[in-house]
Order: sequence, then structure tokens, then C-alpha cells
Amino acid sequence: MTSILAHIGAWVRLWLADVGHAATLFIRLIWLGPSCLRRFGLVRDQMHFLGNHSLAIIAVSGLFVGFVLALQGYNTLQRFGSASALGLLVALSLVRELGPVVSALLFTGRAGTSLTAEIGLMKAGEQLSAMEMMAIDPVSRILAPRFWAGVLVMPILGTVFSAIGIVGGWLVGVVMIGVDAGSFWGQMQDGVDVWSDVGNGFVKTVVFGLTVSFIALRQGFEAQATPEGVARATTRTVVMASLTVLALDFVLTALMFKL
Amino acid sequence: MQRSNTDVWVGLLVVIGAAALLFLAMQSANLLSISWQKTYEINALFDNIGGLKKQAAVKSAGVVVGRVQDIRFDDKSFQANVVLAMDVRYQFPKDSSLKILTSGLLGEQYIGIEAGSDIANLAQGDRVQSTQSAVVLENLISRFLYNKASDAGSAPAAGN
Repeated sequence: MTSILAHIGAWVRLWLADVGHAATLFIRLIWLGPSCLRRFGLVRDQMHFLGNHSLAIIAVSGLFVGFVLALQGYNTLQRFGSASALGLLVALSLVRELGPVVSALLFTGRAGTSLTAEIGLMKAGEQLSAMEMMAIDPVSRILAPRFWAGVLVMPILGTVFSAIGIVGGWLVGVVMIGVDAGSFWGQMQDGVDVWSDVGNGFVKTVVFGLTVSFIALRQGFEAQATPEGVARATTRTVVMASLTVLALDFVLTALMFKL
Repeated sequence: MQRSNTDVWVGLLVVIGAAALLFLAMQSANLLSISWQKTYEINALFDNIGGLKKQAAVKSAGVVVGRVQDIRFDDKSFQANVVLAMDVRYQFPKDSSLKILTSGLLGEQYIGIEAGSDIANLAQGDRVQSTQSAVVLENLISRFLYNKASDAGSAPAAGN
């Protein structure tokens, strides 16, 4: 009986300590923002690595998601004789949900994993300890630029995803299927609001950028300094970041688009 | 060299992001509307436009010949003033008539234009006189119910 209680107690203690460590690291990373932006060279290199190299996968996925949305949307809408609302359907689903969420998931797979692996290997090779020996803070020199680069890049990628998705929807809906171009754009422009739809979608991408970059960096930073440890940390980055993004998306949607 | 190269690429990324945001704001949320085709404007007063929206099609014989450019309320006649941008390739006689129609049972509404027989054609700024309002489903149902009720009232008298 007492051993069970002790297990529960230990589990709670460890969990709380974990939350505390994570929160401390997060607050430090946020706090290091201004000094990071002052030495923008480091952030810029990471933006190039995280952003430019993810652009191709984001663009291609956005295009195909737009294609599929238009095909499926047309199939369903034409049963009710309202195929003219196709543009609205494609734009709203992309701008509100799919753009931010799918690009965050792709960003996790494309950029988050490489962040975790990089930091984990630096730790395994004791490069981080070596920096500390030289009185260089690895959090401000290594983690913070990557964190802020991720936060800056994610909204760009999410917006590009939505825009290219809409173009994809237009290609299939208007050019291929032959939905009237005027009602495609007209209904879209009538139903999509700049602030409540495009703006809220943008806020979502910023939140997901914070989440994914933070989880990826922390997993790398806390990884066991062995090859298996790095492998496990990379897997955990994908699992945790994807689940957190999906759960946060639900919370944000409930807060943003009140009924 | 390496440094300036990265600058260029990151700059490109930011520009692409800004362009995408601009596209979303303009093309999907309509902060600014641009049209490429040459059009002439005509306007018409309707008693009731129902669910007609801007950018709705103007069709003749099922072919799109123009777009609804603007919908305003005229507080002199208490009617809706609809401005249509007609494609310059298509000319219609001055006494053409406009009708608000619905595509499908619950589809979106559009304007049907039926050609008249006047020799002169509609020109920029003209007003179409003959218009027919949208069919409001509630009015239609209530009229149907009234007819039913009056039929039911007279039927027994005629039957017996």
C-alpha cells in the first residue's frame, strides 16, 4: 500500500519537476528574444535552414491539399446544387484550419526533427558542455536563435500553404471542373473576413510556431547523450509536437470562432 | 559571400510570405477588388433582391454576360439599387428586362436578362425599367396555404 503511494508521489514529483524545467526554459527563451534579434545573423542562418528548405514541401503539400479539397467539396456540394459555394469552402477550411495545422505538422516533420537531432548530437558530442566550459551559454547561443527562427518562419509557411492551397482549389474547381469563376471568388470574398478568418489563422500559426520549436529544442536539450537517446528524443518530438498542435488547435478554435 | 547569399534567400522567403498574406487578404477576403475585363455599367431598381450578392452572375440564356458590381439601398423609392457590370462584347436592347432567379432549388441567386425589341442598346449608366424581384420562399408558401385554405372553404359548398 505504502509502496503504491510512494510511486504516485514520486511520479507527481517528477512530473512537476519536468513542468518546472520546461517552463523555466520557455521563459528564458522568450526573455532572450530581444538580444537574439539584435544579433540577427544567427537567427537569419536558422531561418534559412528551417524556412527556405521547408518551403518546397509546404508549397507542394498546399497545392495537393487544395486539389483534394476542391474535388471532395465539389462532390458533396453539387448534390445540394450549391457548387458555387466551393470557393468559400476551400478558402475557409484552408485559412482557418488546414493551413495552420497541416503546415505545423509538416514543419514538425521537416524542421522540428532536425532541430532535435542537431541539439541532441551536440549534447552527445559534449559540444554543449564544451561551450559551457568556455563560459558561453548554450541556451542563448544555440537554442534561442533556433527558437526565434522557428517562431518567425512558421507564420510565413502557414500563410504560403493557405495561399497555394486556394490556388490549387481554383485550378481544380474552376479550370478543371468548370465551376463559375465569379461565384468561386465572389462567394469566397463574401464569406471570408480579413480579421476574424485570415487574422485568426495567422495567430494560430504563430502559436504553433512557438509550440513546435519549443518542443523540438527541449527534446534535443533533454535527450540522453547516447545514439539511442537522440533517436528516442527525435521520435518524441514528432509525437508530442503533433499531438500538442492538434489539441491546441481545438482549444484555439473554440476560443476564436465562438458560436 | 556566404553571408550575403543567406540574406538574399531569407529575404526571398519573407517576400514570399508577405505576398501570400497579401493574396489572402485581397483575393479571398476582398480588401480590394480588381477586374480585368472591359465592362459598361447599367443599374436597376428591384423591390426585393432576396439573397443576391455582389459578384453574382448576370446570365442571358444561361451564359454569363456580366456581374453584379454593387448593391445599394435607395432611400427615395425604398428599393434596392443594383449596379451591373456588363461585358462590352454583349449588347442588349434598351427595353430588356431583368429577373432575379435561383440556380437549383437552394442554389445561389443570379440575374437573368431577357432581350427586348428596342433598336437602341443599353449604354453606360442606363437604367433598366422592367425588373422582377426575387421569389421569397415564405411569401410563396403563405400564398399557397391561402389558396389551399380558400379551396378547402369552397370545396364542401360545391360538393354537397
